[in-house]
Amino acid sequence: MIRILKSILAELTASAIVLFARFITAVRGLWLGTEPRDQQRIYYANHSSHGDFVLLWTVLPPRLRKQTRPVAGADYWLQSSFKKFIGCDVFRSVLIDRKVQHAREAPVEQMSSALDSGDSLILFPEGTRNMTDQRLLPFKSGLFHLATARPAIDLVPVWIDNLNRVLPKGEVIPLPLICTVTFGGELHLQADESKSEFLARAEAALLALSPEGVSA
Amino acid sequence: MNESRADLLTLLAGVGVVLIVATLIGQILARRQPAGSSSAVIDNLNARINAWWAMVILLGLAFLGGKAGVIILFGFCSFAALREFVTLTSTQRADHWALVAAFFMVLPLQYVLIWFDWYGMYSIFIPVYAFLLMPILAAFKGSTEQYLIRVAETQWALMISVFCISHVPALLTLNIPAYEGRQVLLIAYLVVVVQISDVLQYVWGKLIGKTKIAPSLSPSKTLEGAVGGILSATAIGTLLWWITPFTPLQSAGLSLVVTSMGFLGGLVMSAIKRDRGVKDWGHMIEGHGGFIDRLDSVLFSAPIFFHLVRYGWDVS
Repeated sequence: MIRILKSILAELTASAIVLFARFITAVRGLWLGTEPRDQQRIYYANHSSHGDFVLLWTVLPPRLRKQTRPVAGADYWLQSSFKKFIGCDVFRSVLIDRKVQHAREAPVEQMSSALDSGDSLILFPEGTRNMTDQRLLPFKSGLFHLATARPAIDLVPVWIDNLNRVLPKGEVIPLPLICTVTFGGELHLQADESKSEFLARAEAALLALSPEGVSA
Repeated sequence: MNESRADLLTLLAGVGVVLIVATLIGQILARRQPAGSSSAVIDNLNARINAWWAMVILLGLAFLGGKAGVIILFGFCSFAALREFVTLTSTQRADHWALVAAFFMVLPLQYVLIWFDWYGMYSIFIPVYAFLLMPILAAFKGSTEQYLIRVAETQWALMISVFCISHVPALLTLNIPAYEGRQVLLIAYLVVVVQISDVLQYVWGKLIGKTKIAPSLSPSKTLEGAVGGILSATAIGTLLWWITPFTPLQSAGLSLVVTSMGFLGGLVMSAIKRDRGVKDWGHMIEGHGGFIDRLDSVLFSAPIFFHLVRYGWDVS
């Protein structure tokens, strides 16, 4: 009974969060390199705000939204029972232990098993929020290891634009500004592609979607 | 109110007939395309017509909702316009407080002042109080980089998106003898005349437009389109004198003023878009762009129209 109530509450909260995200950002999804498809995918995006996956999630068609789980840091999302409810029950996050060196379960295995159960993932390969003036931090190797473990699944680069202006670090009240979420063409790990080659290609594909393009 | 409601329904029915004709023409044009091909101009025309239906229905519902409906509708338009405007400014982290205050304090307060009909306050609230207080909030954050530009942009955003737009519902507060309870018709008059002028400028421009007026600002604006649109919309405005407190001649004069201001407003707002390197202010209204793209003419004409009518007809 409590479980049913909790899942109803989680659904309502999810709708409220989507509505709020639209009210503040009038967010628009631009599918430039691909289309929303009923197909398992790994969306990887730039990360500058706690709201990033909310925005990406909001522009996915509701049917895909239900099967898409963000990969997030356990240290942040287990801080309080409210955050835990949002992180685990509303967004069904795959929580990764970033702090512990020898985590009980290796992150790549956690993500792989989430993929094996049929869900899509939202991944922030920079590993942490980008607070610098650079457009992207160097990617951590997680994306490469995941692509090696599950090579058949599409990797879709997603550029989230303007959200860092909506909620700069340390502010609590979001500023209404228009945001866009741009989806690029699918990537796959190529045969005998090295880790650094693959990560460089993935970074370039993501940067190409930003308003300044590849060159800036 | 009953007489006013009857006039309003007549006007809405008239607009409805125009939209039905436009929809039929749009569909016939689309059907006449060779199979499998489509024209961007015709697709855009039909998207615009569909959006017009939605906008007319929303405006009609707001009118039926009376003062509250009108204030809520234009308050929301202000919010959407401010969101579009601030997105294109070069404001920084240091402006966060000032901008949050603009959205969540200045904007609602302006509409509350209009609700309570406090003319002495709502007509100077943004030009005086916000004008002086916002730079103080920005100064507290200590960043001087591009300070003047940021402060000026924030003030412009508020003036355009909140102050100007709020003069549309402010028409409800005018006290005109023998016109009590009918002020909502002034809003309908302003919006219909200004928007039909935009549409007719587009139509005349597509039909006979040759001479570009301001190619660097707005490549699609032509002299023929502007003159044809302004004059034909003025003629329609003159014919609508019966819903206003004006004589036909006065109605012609006011229509000429608001359609001219509307055209010039479109030019000014285009100049800002070109400066910022964007084609549209936003994407919320299919076929038209953003709220400011659709409201640019209204927001330039509304304060002038309000003050002319207040000076000439209001007795309070």
